[in-house]
Amino acid sequence: MAKGFDIRRQTGFATIAMACFVILYLPIVLLVVYSFNAGTSVAIWEGFSWRWYVSAWDNDQVQAATVRSLVIAFWATLIATTCAVLAALATTRQGSFRGYTLIFAMINQPLMVPEIVTAVALLIFFAMIKVATGYTGLFYLIIAHSAFCLPFAYMPIRARLQGMDLSLEHAAMDLYGTPWRVFRRVTLPQLWPGILAGAMLAFVISLDDVVITEFVKSAGQDTLPTYMLGQLRRVVTPEVNAISTALLAISVVMVMGFFFLSRTKK
Amino acid sequence: MIEIANVSKIFTGRGAPFTALDDVSVTIRENEFFTLLGPSGCGKTTLLRVIAGFIDPTHGAVKLEGQDLVKLPPYRRPVNTVFQSYALFPHMTVAQNIAFGLEMLDKPSAEIKATVDQMLELVRMTPMADRKTSEISGGQQQRVALARALAPRPKVLLLDEPLSALDFKLRKDMQLELKRLQSETGITFVFVTHDQEEALTMSDRIAVMNAGDIRQIGGPRDIYDHPAERFVADFIGDTNFLEVELLATEGETARIRLPSGVETEVRAPRDGVAPGPVTLAVRPEHASLSGGDGAALPGTLANVVYFGTDTHFHVDLDGGARFVLRQQNQPGTAQGWSVGDAVTVTLAPGVGQVLRD
Amino acid sequence: MSDAAATRTARSRWLLLAPALAVLIFAASGPLLIVLVYSFLTPGDYGGILWEFSTDAWFNVVFEQDFFTEEVTLADAHLSIFWRSIKLSLLTAFLTFVFGFPTAYFIATRPKDKRDIWMLLIIIPFWTNLLIRTFAIMELIRAEGAINSVLLALGIIDEPIQMLFTEFAILLGMAYVYLPLMVLPIYASLERFDFTLVEAGYDLYASRWRVLRKVIFPLAKPGVIAGSILVFVPSLGAYVTPRVLGGGKQLMLGNLIELQFGAGRNWPLGAALSLTLLAIVMVALILYVRAAGNEEVRHG
Repeated sequence: MAKGFDIRRQTGFATIAMACFVILYLPIVLLVVYSFNAGTSVAIWEGFSWRWYVSAWDNDQVQAATVRSLVIAFWATLIATTCAVLAALATTRQGSFRGYTLIFAMINQPLMVPEIVTAVALLIFFAMIKVATGYTGLFYLIIAHSAFCLPFAYMPIRARLQGMDLSLEHAAMDLYGTPWRVFRRVTLPQLWPGILAGAMLAFVISLDDVVITEFVKSAGQDTLPTYMLGQLRRVVTPEVNAISTALLAISVVMVMGFFFLSRTKK
Repeated sequence: MIEIANVSKIFTGRGAPFTALDDVSVTIRENEFFTLLGPSGCGKTTLLRVIAGFIDPTHGAVKLEGQDLVKLPPYRRPVNTVFQSYALFPHMTVAQNIAFGLEMLDKPSAEIKATVDQMLELVRMTPMADRKTSEISGGQQQRVALARALAPRPKVLLLDEPLSALDFKLRKDMQLELKRLQSETGITFVFVTHDQEEALTMSDRIAVMNAGDIRQIGGPRDIYDHPAERFVADFIGDTNFLEVELLATEGETARIRLPSGVETEVRAPRDGVAPGPVTLAVRPEHASLSGGDGAALPGTLANVVYFGTDTHFHVDLDGGARFVLRQQNQPGTAQGWSVGDAVTVTLAPGVGQVLRD
Repeated sequence: MSDAAATRTARSRWLLLAPALAVLIFAASGPLLIVLVYSFLTPGDYGGILWEFSTDAWFNVVFEQDFFTEEVTLADAHLSIFWRSIKLSLLTAFLTFVFGFPTAYFIATRPKDKRDIWMLLIIIPFWTNLLIRTFAIMELIRAEGAINSVLLALGIIDEPIQMLFTEFAILLGMAYVYLPLMVLPIYASLERFDFTLVEAGYDLYASRWRVLRKVIFPLAKPGVIAGSILVFVPSLGAYVTPRVLGGGKQLMLGNLIELQFGAGRNWPLGAALSLTLLAIVMVALILYVRAAGNEEVRHG
């Protein structure tokens, strides 16, 4: 059978696309493979072993950094998602209002302003507070993470709210539902996928952050990524690969979850 | 029952302020099928939403049995709405949707169950009770929306173009169904539509709206046969407008002179018009080419258009105006006129309405 | 709306916004204003600042004054870093476009039900840790890394090529980590593309190349512009990638800024440099909004 003229085909595009996928995944695959290397090199394969996972697990610094990362990500996700839900309700449910553009710009500021600039700003500001109050706990990292996770939580929630038929809430109100009951019985049940998606994104973003954490953290407050950054200055062992692989696994699970959640019908 | 007094709504957004309702006053009676009819943007839906409580009027009062509604939030008003999009809760079953209003009113569960069953039966949806709302057809969703709004037994049911999403045949069925439900439940229906035929077939009374104001209120026959002004005449049905001279009015009768010089009597507008040049509205089916009693308008047949049930004759009247008349087709008989013939348009006695503008 | 109702709505709106605003003012917008203040102060001897007004920091962004002769010259060190940042960012945008456009086109021309899966393959790397992806590139190009090992084994080279800690390494790393940012918006504009336009093009005697250039590309332009900005902006402010792959030898703006808060101990200069970076980014964003707006007018 003669092959028809495919109007969509462009010479070489499929090849470049395939090359792209290979380029995107090859380094990551190699990184994962070498995390199972029995030898101490990240270049020469000496057989399969779990040893670097064991050594990472037994490393006190890694343990502490992991716990710290999770604690920060948990609180930042909780704060960012709560704020995002409330803000999304305020910005989608009551029409446009004066100041909306400013609010929108503020929420999206972390997406527009280069991370290094925010990091420097937080370093300066928190240094002032640290001096004034003497408090140097995790709060600074949590609130900083909450701020830059906010737009990531806000976007899917807002999208969900905008896609939601406003007349549903009107109908519930028309059927004698008080504002709180309307929210609980009609808005919230339909908003859940959006909230969950937003929370997952916020969690991944917080867990992955390097720059802002590096600038805001006080001494001894390494998270997993900043610990890794510190390690990269030395001779790298596959232990870093092992930590990376674990972090990758969490991210991939979260992103897949987000992907399928946002695909569920509205 | 519902008194709407001097209600205005001015939307102030980023652009110029928009007057959606301009000093509207109307009283809707108990147990009435009342229709708000008008083109899109005329303010009919705004008025409905003012009654429901989703829009606060800029001025004016809305009273239900003497109680002022304006201060009450939507969830305290004893009125329910059937939404244009139905607005069925997608995360609930048919029965749960119908039960929602009763639950919000904190009715005992036995009563809720009984009422839901009764409502399911009323709209013939009992077998579908446990289906998700996404699993039923458009017509069925429509009936569930009706049942849900009727379940709390509101004093007034507001219907916002509820039939617009249905196809032609289903719409015809639902028109009869709505009429049946209204007479069975005895609830006052306020129905919004832009479809004049729907309004004429279902309503006890119709309010024709345009540009934020009610232009005419009356029974379907009254509105159709005796439109008060050009807008109403033009919006409802087809109309010929003739420039005539008003000689004198006496009560509801007006004596006019047609362009052909013939004098005849037609209906006068209620609020009176001074003698002089006026516009006369004549429905196409209220005139004939076959002669008989009545005022005659000579002209030339310009076009004949066959429509199956009837035939339209386009006549160029002497003096320049175009007149379209409609005659029902009879079995077996061909029309005896052809284009170019000299014909005479005869207005049946008493038909025609002098417009107030 | 009646006054009382309007007040009620406004109050509930601000109540709902309050937590988000509090977080953002405390940890995003507010600190940014303090940076502005700091850029007009005098550096302290051991980091930090002295509360004395000074425009030296802004002056020092592009100029330097000889300590002894008080002669004013352009700050070559800073300018070369600015130049490197802009050059590498533009190259990154170009490189990601060359690879990203065909990839987005390829995905957009797959059957509808398969596109999401292909896109997922683009999105996953995008949401995985930037540091890890940079580290993966580092392992690939280091002296004893996969590329050099393969080339050595094949006998193409006799000794490892020094790729790590060069501008090339930074460029490669940034193109690698920001590639999804180019693919996403181009895909978004191509996905809705009406391929009967392409048929019309062929029908009117256009070759494949000309259809691409005269029909597909102009209509995908908003996506390309969006992608270029999305890649350019974070490249310009990149910190992790040049630090890991440039090894402290090839500084970019982000690293220069960090230096002022570390070894340089010149906080006001760091603040002024940060704001300069921010200003360049804002100009790019405004240009983008303008371009996007024009496109909309033209096609809308």
